[in-house]
Amino acid sequence: MPKYILKRAIMSLITAFLVATLTFFVMNMVPGGPFLSEKAVTPQAQAAMEAKYGLDKPLFQQYTTYMTGILKGDFGLSIKKRGRTVSQIIGTKFPVSAKVGGLALILAVCTGIPLGAVAAFNRGKFIDNLLVVLSTAGIAIPSFLSSTILIYIFTTKLKWLPSLGLKDAQSYIMPVVALALYPTFYMARLMRSSMLDVMGQDYMRTAKAKGVTTFKAIFKHALRNAILPVITYLGPLLAALMTGSFIIEKIFNIPGLGSEFVSSITSRDYPMIMGTTIFLAVFIIIMNLFVDIAYAIVDPRIKLK
Amino acid sequence: MSGQYLVDIQEERLSFFTPAGEVKALNNVTLQMREGEVLGIVGESGSGKSVTAYSIMGLTAQNGKIVGGSVEFNGHKIHEMSEKELRKIRGNEVSIIFQDPMTSLNPVWTVGNQIAEAVSLHTDKKGRAAMARAKELLELVGINEPEKRLKQYPHELSGGMRQRVMIAIALACEPKLLIADEPTTALDVTIQAQILELMQELKQKLGMGIIMITHDLGVVASMCDYIAVMYAGEIVEYGTTDDIFYNPKHEYTKGLLRSIPKFHEHDYSKLVPIEGQPVDLLNPPKGCGFAPRCSNCMKLCLTHKPEKNQYEGVHYARCFMQQKEDFLKERGEA
Repeated sequence: MPKYILKRAIMSLITAFLVATLTFFVMNMVPGGPFLSEKAVTPQAQAAMEAKYGLDKPLFQQYTTYMTGILKGDFGLSIKKRGRTVSQIIGTKFPVSAKVGGLALILAVCTGIPLGAVAAFNRGKFIDNLLVVLSTAGIAIPSFLSSTILIYIFTTKLKWLPSLGLKDAQSYIMPVVALALYPTFYMARLMRSSMLDVMGQDYMRTAKAKGVTTFKAIFKHALRNAILPVITYLGPLLAALMTGSFIIEKIFNIPGLGSEFVSSITSRDYPMIMGTTIFLAVFIIIMNLFVDIAYAIVDPRIKLK
Repeated sequence: MSGQYLVDIQEERLSFFTPAGEVKALNNVTLQMREGEVLGIVGESGSGKSVTAYSIMGLTAQNGKIVGGSVEFNGHKIHEMSEKELRKIRGNEVSIIFQDPMTSLNPVWTVGNQIAEAVSLHTDKKGRAAMARAKELLELVGINEPEKRLKQYPHELSGGMRQRVMIAIALACEPKLLIADEPTTALDVTIQAQILELMQELKQKLGMGIIMITHDLGVVASMCDYIAVMYAGEIVEYGTTDDIFYNPKHEYTKGLLRSIPKFHEHDYSKLVPIEGQPVDLLNPPKGCGFAPRCSNCMKLCLTHKPEKNQYEGVHYARCFMQQKEDFLKERGEA
């Protein structure tokens, strides 16, 4: 296992390096620049600013300077947010996104998996059909719509929940629910089909023939097998939720990393783009590693080598 | 309990209720077996051989239901028992070995865990005691290094070994009846022989009754005391192994025997397969189920169900050929 993790770590570094390189050049190929949106900048002022951020140097030199900076742990200064380093910005924005995303993940796992399992055990009955309809809706409705509906009901009509910011516990409810909606129902469907598959397996018949109770058949024999596909989905999901959703963060005015990332792209804040991309890449890589390890723990047939 | 029988099935009718309609899987099956006997049930896929045996432990698919007759096992009226009551019998008084050992063990639990589970479900042995018993069972079924095997997962064992593990699970509580559903079909030929030998040895040691479900007549010949030949949800012929092999009466049984390769007789003639398709039990035929495939089919066979013709001892068959022979004999003599 430690050997496997070391191997994965080295591979991750290579991946991160490739992501950084690719992002750097693609980013510079996109037309526009950080100072174009600002009104009426004199050519001298623009030149001075470009010199300050090193944008006047040849591209390859910019690249080497940037990469050596990263190796020292220096992601540079944000161009748009004067005087703040990229690391500082990520450091303040990521925990906000991670908190909302983490809660959404917990909600999705704790409701989606049992829902799917319950539906599978009641296949063809009312509760199963209800879930199929609900989950189709849950997967099909985009988050901006579900957020808007939530705000309409709970803020405009009922006046129960605040619609903006993250001031207190209550204000977390709507963004977390809106964010969790899709993964909950996706996992429910995944769990349902995988549970149905497992219930038809020969080893479930063996369990029954042994005289195992239904409860034990479900929790000991079925669940651990059925959950494998869900774990596979958990890796990308974890990364997607924790790093923040642009739409949810915009709608609920949450100062998270998701909205920061998108606005850094539209404003061509080069160091910020690079910093967040690399951060997200590494985060996703680490999450996937966790999932692989979890997979090996749940399924003994998988050997990590 | 009808006294001396371990298994006493009377006129059992069992149907599966599917979206396409009622599939009459068993039609008036009557079958009895005493303690310690080995009964073979032979027949092709869909003949009802597995359904008959499974119903002894109440293991019928959810859409299946006993719609008539009775099934008694070891004094229990299986057809009247609740799932909860059945659970106490399953794996305890009657247990089963399935066809495919590759898929019949749960891949995410160790072999030891799965055997010990069967032990602790029905005995006082829990935890370590159950595991110790599991080790004994592995030794009993001839698995070397049992200590090590206990901690292994099914995928780390070969097919033959997994089937031995299945047998160990089945024997965990020393059942009175072991149902073996084509226990060797999924195995290599050399392993098949080993498994059959093991079963015979265990039967001698533990004295349980065995029901062998198979389509392999070679398997039944070597093991069984009695044979029931099933076709289209009915027992078409029943007798001792000798009756069936040396004096088959039903055309289907004769066909089955003709389709066995004979290596010892220097007989290189082609095998004779039974032509045609098994019957559709959604719309069971009015007459004899085998009639459409029977080479000696008469008009009568298509319209009437043949009655039981009793022969010497327990041997009986349901085939109109006997009536025809009797009739010809009578006329010849007259």
